[in-house]
Amino acid sequence: MLMFLTPILALFFQEATGGRLSAMTEGAKHPDLSKFLVVGALLFIIGVAGVLTRRNIIVIFMSIELILNAANLNFIAFSRYLQDTGNVNAVAGQVFSVFVIVVAAAEAAIGLGIVIALYRNKETIWIDEIDILKW
Amino acid sequence: MYRYIWLVPLLPLAGAAINGLFGRKFRFSEKLIGGVAVGSVALSFLISLAAVYSYGFGGHAIWPSPYITTQGSFTWIPGGAVNITQGSAERSAMAALQESDKRLAEMAPEERDKLKTILSTGTDVPRSSVLNVEWSYQLDPLSSIFMLVVTGVGLCIFVFATGYMHGETGYYRFFAYMGMFMFSMLVLVMGSNFLMMFVGWEGVGLCSYLLIGYYFSRQEAADASRKAFITNRIGDFGFALAIFGVIATFGTAQYTDVFAQAKDYPVEGLWHWGVLSWIALGLFVGACGKSAQLPLHVWLPDAMAGPTPVSALIHAATMVTAGLYMVTRTNVIFQHSKTMMTIVALVGAATALFAATIGITQNDIKKVLAYSTVSQLGFMFMACGVGAFAIGIFHVMTHAFFKALMFLGAGSVIHGMHHEQDMRRMGGLKKYMPYTYMTFLAGWLAICGIIPFSGFWSKDEILWKAASTTEVPVGWIVWLVGTIAATCTAFYMTRLVAMTFWGKEKFRDTHVHTPGHEAHSDHETPGHHAHVPHESPRSMVAPLVVLAVLATIGGFVGVGPAFKFITGSDHPGGRLNIVTFLDPLIWNSQTGEFNQPHSLATVGHEGQTVPATTADTHAPVEAHTGEAAAATTHAAEGFNLAHAAEKALGSHTAAEWLFIVISLVVAAIGIGLGFLFYVWRPNLPEIWAARLKPLYVASYNKYWVDEFYGWAITRRVMDAARAVYTFDAKAIDGLVNGSAWLTRLSSRITGLVDQYFVDGLVNAIAAFIIRLMSPLLRAAQTGFTSNYALVMVLGLVAAVALFFTGDILNFFKAIFAFGL
Repeated sequence: MLMFLTPILALFFQEATGGRLSAMTEGAKHPDLSKFLVVGALLFIIGVAGVLTRRNIIVIFMSIELILNAANLNFIAFSRYLQDTGNVNAVAGQVFSVFVIVVAAAEAAIGLGIVIALYRNKETIWIDEIDILKW
Repeated sequence: MYRYIWLVPLLPLAGAAINGLFGRKFRFSEKLIGGVAVGSVALSFLISLAAVYSYGFGGHAIWPSPYITTQGSFTWIPGGAVNITQGSAERSAMAALQESDKRLAEMAPEERDKLKTILSTGTDVPRSSVLNVEWSYQLDPLSSIFMLVVTGVGLCIFVFATGYMHGETGYYRFFAYMGMFMFSMLVLVMGSNFLMMFVGWEGVGLCSYLLIGYYFSRQEAADASRKAFITNRIGDFGFALAIFGVIATFGTAQYTDVFAQAKDYPVEGLWHWGVLSWIALGLFVGACGKSAQLPLHVWLPDAMAGPTPVSALIHAATMVTAGLYMVTRTNVIFQHSKTMMTIVALVGAATALFAATIGITQNDIKKVLAYSTVSQLGFMFMACGVGAFAIGIFHVMTHAFFKALMFLGAGSVIHGMHHEQDMRRMGGLKKYMPYTYMTFLAGWLAICGIIPFSGFWSKDEILWKAASTTEVPVGWIVWLVGTIAATCTAFYMTRLVAMTFWGKEKFRDTHVHTPGHEAHSDHETPGHHAHVPHESPRSMVAPLVVLAVLATIGGFVGVGPAFKFITGSDHPGGRLNIVTFLDPLIWNSQTGEFNQPHSLATVGHEGQTVPATTADTHAPVEAHTGEAAAATTHAAEGFNLAHAAEKALGSHTAAEWLFIVISLVVAAIGIGLGFLFYVWRPNLPEIWAARLKPLYVASYNKYWVDEFYGWAITRRVMDAARAVYTFDAKAIDGLVNGSAWLTRLSSRITGLVDQYFVDGLVNAIAAFIIRLMSPLLRAAQTGFTSNYALVMVLGLVAAVALFFTGDILNFFKAIFAFGL
């Protein structure tokens, strides 16, 4: 599978020059850290944008999950990177992302509980209609 | 045996404690209370008797040295150093005298003869002394006489009281107080220093208050007890000052030490006033208060509101003689002050006459006896004032016998008459109360001074000593006043006996109870009825008999030198003679030393200058400031009646007998007048009272002394108190209230300032700010969750920008550099 994907990916990430295919496959096997961090940042931005702009409460929750997953991605990237550089504690990043998943799950549960209670009272899921706590 | 005298005060105290603390709680029967009380006093008396016998007359007698206990004694007040601040002038004079003596001795005989006077000044080195006051008892001639009198007569009175107070609800209280009194009196007379005497002094004053006010529910008794205590207290003030003076002059309070020092001090002649005169003045003021002399006599007649045994014990035999004890104890100090001796003699004489003239018109039997007591105390002070201290004590003794007898007899009469005290309602009682009558007769004859009863010996000796004294110049005045007082005494005592025991029986007339006599709790009979008087029970008559015997034969211990032709000596009886017995305590102004017991020649020979017997005794010096005069003996000043009589009659004994005859004659005149007025011509008293109306009214109203004191002192003090109160209420409270008003005013102002100014400021500024900012800040609370999320993100961006400013800038630079 990897044999098919790696040339395609290598076309996009043309850092390597000589021995292009092996280099590309090598490069594909050990991609640069910054690539992953950029993906994580993009995911984070998408998530923040979703929280700020969407009206649907459930979608806002999904965006919050996205933010959390972006952070998870960061953890994993660093974990792999450190592994490659030979740090013995590199697995800590993967362990921590398990923690983050757990917290995310708990928070989602509670948040959805609040949303259901809110729906029972206000009969709406549009967040701009929930504006009682104002002056 | 005399080592056990410390038990003598302790036993009555123990009896009093038992009766007082347990008598009511455990409901002692009257028999038990009486038994404890009488038993304790009887034991005390027996121990005193044995002690005095072994002290003075036994095989190992130590008379004349005093015995001071070590058993039962302890250091009572371990005082510290005292500075001797008084008396330096006198001690300088003494030092100067010693100096001049020394120089005289060193000089050759020819120079000595040529010398007229020696002028030298001495200096008194400032000293301090350690004051340690012991609680120890002293047995010496004076205290032994008083011990015997107090416990002996006290025993008779206690026995009488068990019968008299029968049926009283406060029986235990009475005997508790009486026991306390005995304790205090014994401490007074047995103490070895001035402070113990003062403790006893105050104690008897307190017990007198408690006992006079025994019937405390009666206004009269309560008033009288307060009056007694307060008048006593005035005297106590003088006494206390005198004690301070003694300590400041001599540095010690122990009698032996004080008198050993005092005897060498220079004698302060008439109108020369020195430290010893001050001390004697304070002491005499105390004596006036305690022994009811003018002007502090007012409490004694009112004290008759107490029960009759109290009047007998306290106001006849013991407490009032405490002043005499004190004056005789300190006779050294008194004899060093001629001025005070004169004052004492004159005050005594004045009191004697004053009280005697009041007694003539009183109708209450106890009041007559009270004024008689005051008068006789005056006699005793007369004796002390003219230097015959032993005779004064002799009269104390005989007076205790016959006055206690008469008080108890009056008590028996009152008891038999069912608490009638007015003599106008008595009469003819000799038929109904024979024992009381016969014993009372003995007392009557004794007080009138009829030979051979006890009163004759002492009273006559006093008058003779007054006439023949060389100590004070006013002897003849004292003799004259005393003789007139003796006449009055005979008259009013005869009057008393006649109105009570002889004549018509007036108690049969119906009448109502007059107010103003002691109540008896179980005889509250309203209205009246004639009941026949009855003789008193044995417990009351037996002491009367004992005292009557004493009043008859008690005078033989003091037979004077006038009877030398019968008895063979000046003071017959050896040590049993009271003058001989007391001799070692009396300071002799001729020799400058206390009398030696065997030198009877110096005692009783007044008016003859005694040559100095030894070379080294020098007669005391007149105290003139700063100089030492040449040694001189005291010459008598003023008119000496005895000398005049002696010159006229040619012999000393004849002069003495003249005075004896005069006193017997005046006594007979008094008795005769009494018979005339009250037995033979009973209408005479009214006629003469009408004829001498002003005198009668003055005498009947006690010369208005109480009213005068009320106006001059009591009301003025209350006015002063009212003035001070007004000042406090108006001025001081006004000040306080004014400051309160000021505080309230300032607080109101502050409140207004706070309310309008400060609050206004707060309101203006705060309100302004709030009105300004509130809409702005409120705008942030939109209620939209998305707004809140936006703000969170913006905050995140700002934080990142803040922290990573440098890195961000580097990144952009790298991009542009790369792009370029």
